[in-house]
Amino acid sequence: MSKPPENSPISFFLNGSPLSLSVAPGRRVVDLLREDLHLTGTKEGCGTGECGACTLLVDGFPMLSCLMLAAQLEGRNIETVESLEKDPVGEKLITSFEEKGAVQCGYCIPGMEMTALALLRNHPEADREDIRKSLSGNLCRCTGYVKILDAVEDTAKKLTAPKEMP
Amino acid sequence: MPTQISGNATESPSRSPMTIGLPLPRGDARAKACGREPYAADLFPENLLLAQALRSGLPCGRLLELDLEEARQIPGIVAILTAKDVPGSNRQGIIHKDMPVLVEDRIRYCGDPVALLIAENKEAIRSAMSCIRIHAEPSPGVFDLDEAMAENAPLVHEDKPGNMLAKATIQKGKPDFDACAAVVEGWFETPVQAHGFLETEAGTACLLEDGTLRMEVSTQSPFRDRLEISHALGIPFMQVHIHAPSLGGGFGGKDGATVQCLLGLAALHCPGRSVKMLWEREESFVAGYKRHACRMHYRLGALADGSLHSLHARLWYDTGAYAHLGPEVMELGMEHAAGPYRIPHNLTEGFCVHTHTPTGGAMRAFGVCQVSFAFESMMDMLAEKLKQDPLELRLRNALHRGDTNGAGVLLESSTSLAACLEGIRNHPLWQTRRQWQKEAPPFCIRGTGLAAVFNAAGYGGGVRDAAIAKIEMDVKGHFIVHNAVTDMGQGNSSAFLQIAGHILRQSAEALSLRQPDTRSAYPSGSSSAGRTTYTFGKALISACEELASRLINRAGLILFLQNDEGLVLEPGRVRHEPSGRSVSLEQLASFMSLEERVCLGQFIAPVCREVPDTSRGFFIGFPHVIFGYGAHLARVEVDTLTGRVQVKDYLALTDGGAVLNPSMFDQQVQGGVAQGIGYALYEDFITEKGVVKTKDFTTYLMPGSLDLPDILSLAPPVEEEESGPFGMKGIGEVAMNGPLPAIANALRDAGCRRIHKAPIMAEAVLGSLENR
Repeated sequence: MSKPPENSPISFFLNGSPLSLSVAPGRRVVDLLREDLHLTGTKEGCGTGECGACTLLVDGFPMLSCLMLAAQLEGRNIETVESLEKDPVGEKLITSFEEKGAVQCGYCIPGMEMTALALLRNHPEADREDIRKSLSGNLCRCTGYVKILDAVEDTAKKLTAPKEMP
Repeated sequence: MPTQISGNATESPSRSPMTIGLPLPRGDARAKACGREPYAADLFPENLLLAQALRSGLPCGRLLELDLEEARQIPGIVAILTAKDVPGSNRQGIIHKDMPVLVEDRIRYCGDPVALLIAENKEAIRSAMSCIRIHAEPSPGVFDLDEAMAENAPLVHEDKPGNMLAKATIQKGKPDFDACAAVVEGWFETPVQAHGFLETEAGTACLLEDGTLRMEVSTQSPFRDRLEISHALGIPFMQVHIHAPSLGGGFGGKDGATVQCLLGLAALHCPGRSVKMLWEREESFVAGYKRHACRMHYRLGALADGSLHSLHARLWYDTGAYAHLGPEVMELGMEHAAGPYRIPHNLTEGFCVHTHTPTGGAMRAFGVCQVSFAFESMMDMLAEKLKQDPLELRLRNALHRGDTNGAGVLLESSTSLAACLEGIRNHPLWQTRRQWQKEAPPFCIRGTGLAAVFNAAGYGGGVRDAAIAKIEMDVKGHFIVHNAVTDMGQGNSSAFLQIAGHILRQSAEALSLRQPDTRSAYPSGSSSAGRTTYTFGKALISACEELASRLINRAGLILFLQNDEGLVLEPGRVRHEPSGRSVSLEQLASFMSLEERVCLGQFIAPVCREVPDTSRGFFIGFPHVIFGYGAHLARVEVDTLTGRVQVKDYLALTDGGAVLNPSMFDQQVQGGVAQGIGYALYEDFITEKGVVKTKDFTTYLMPGSLDLPDILSLAPPVEEEESGPFGMKGIGEVAMNGPLPAIANALRDAGCRRIHKAPIMAEAVLGSLENR
């Protein structure tokens, strides 16, 4: 067997904090997160980019971490579901998912939330049909999507509601 | 440390007690939404080994030899095991023990495992897999029902002549079609369906120093898994310790051994080290259990007024390579073959047939969604023939309490199908259907279809359907529910918290739940058959009532009261109402020993008091006495140029007895309908000559957010189920049964010729529009 290729150093921001580490060239982002960094909130449902469970944000854009190599993170700003509670939109999403009954087995939920986060940051005015389209790459086997759409719509309404005067 | 979920961790907690009937948020929602909930697939203990099965790739033949030497030399490979390394019977199976952990010689389907690789990392497994040569002698196989039942067909199992795993009949009365004014007849076919849970089969195991085989696994049946592992691997059953964290979906596919025996085998060979097995999606498609494909022939006759008179149904279930729960699936289908209707004469024949294809097993609506397609299509065909309204025809024949069902069982429990059908009759989606049909856009046609469905709850006769619940108050006066039936996503954990909070009058913050662990909870059966909340919930009620009365009694002692009168539980305390004095639960806890702070409750589900003499050839599971009912409506639009079908509106009314939590009730119905729409229009697990063709989500299509309407779930006014916790009965399964027949009936209503085969693809719809 040939000698395994050497690891390379990479640096990126993970959930707001700078991080430098050394990774094997073939390391997938989803494995780096789950196995090496123990950030298991990001799920893997298919490994082939079809289900959306492993969605995270790269410089604000939803990306599939099962189809990305760790080296592609160099210099990027990565957000995973573990950062949601500290994010103003993310926290609203969590609360809406909880209150609207959007969570069943929960395995698709982190990916759903990350996709929704990217949508609502850029388009807080998104309506139900916009949300439906935006989430069409995230499979859920439990819910039939009704309450997931309810939850994201609820967050959108909270984001666009007129601010109360102090 | 077993994982715990908190009752409800929302911001600004309310201190009011949890109450049955309120749409309280699920206790697990926040942890899941934050990515904190640990699933079996998420566990990466220190010093972890990986295990993976090498699968035959060959659907039928004889395993001669494996060349393992080169693979064993690969750095990182710890062991490669074969059948001769399996210490026990090397057989698994819930009831019928016919499935090898590792194949000895006969290969019966393409996913049969021939070797087990244990390695330090994925790369080593990958390299080793690529250099193992399987020497096998292929032989002709049987890949569908016709081939399997042909004369002199090759046998999947030598002890199953004709490849017939099971054969049974239900006979009630004597069908007489000459006595009928209208008779309809048809063939129906349904596909193999995959569960498609997003967390594939997964677990970790470790053989501890004291000989305990400890396993954390994504399973619907932690207690029974011990028996399976013990039998297959020849280790004492009490030595197996299973913990079942929250599942990333189950739907029946994690009922029975998936990774368990392979993982146990790997752990036995690497004492002291944790071993993980996580099936990739492709392996899950190839080796996971599936819903049985079914072929059905129906003949149904009615009197001139529309009263059903005679049914003759024949059902062939393709059970694949191994028995798993095949006969039981077929039997439940047979028990439902006559639909939720009064019908005096019924002959139903069932055949469960082996083929060299992936194994059929349990899946939501266990054998019933197949026959639902047939009997609900037949009802519409009959209505058409009799020129009657399909809704009125169903109402005329609908089962009520006091009737005997098609299997001859007297219905003494809650039976509110009529309320569901009346809910449809009064709904605008039904009342405006003709106007809506007329408003179809250009090159489109529209139609509305109905389905009346039912689904038994519980194991049925011959198997004890029981649960033992445990509630504990800790030293701080906080309550812990020891769940014993897996939560695969259906929310039983949250229902249990709601039940405990309601009885103990505590707010969500005062309660948490420990997921099933065979060393701290008690055997309570599998998470299946719409029994989970019903059976365990009932046991939990008695445990909580016992604990509540104990707390009140102890508070009375502390407060020097003559008796327990006037003492009530309130959030965080027991209060004496007349005097206003109280004792906090924390104080109470400090006065009680652990033994006193734990209560157990037991429940055994009711069984049929007079089993009718209608069934022949049944093994276990007959008859059932409690059923959930539903009436569904689908409005579909067909593009006449492409045959594309869109479900525009979907309405489901469900009789689940009393509703404990309306939000979770809707979750179950909407999710079941979504899987049913997938079954009706998209999902088709295909094998060709025994080789799996649909191994990913690009070829096996599950509905996405753009494929489904906003499914509307309603709970009509129904009878409470007196035997159930707070009057509820299980509804996890019934919603799955409606969509396929409702959509098929809607297509006919739109003007297509009747479609008899699912999934209903655009090509078939286009074909059904020709020469109308």
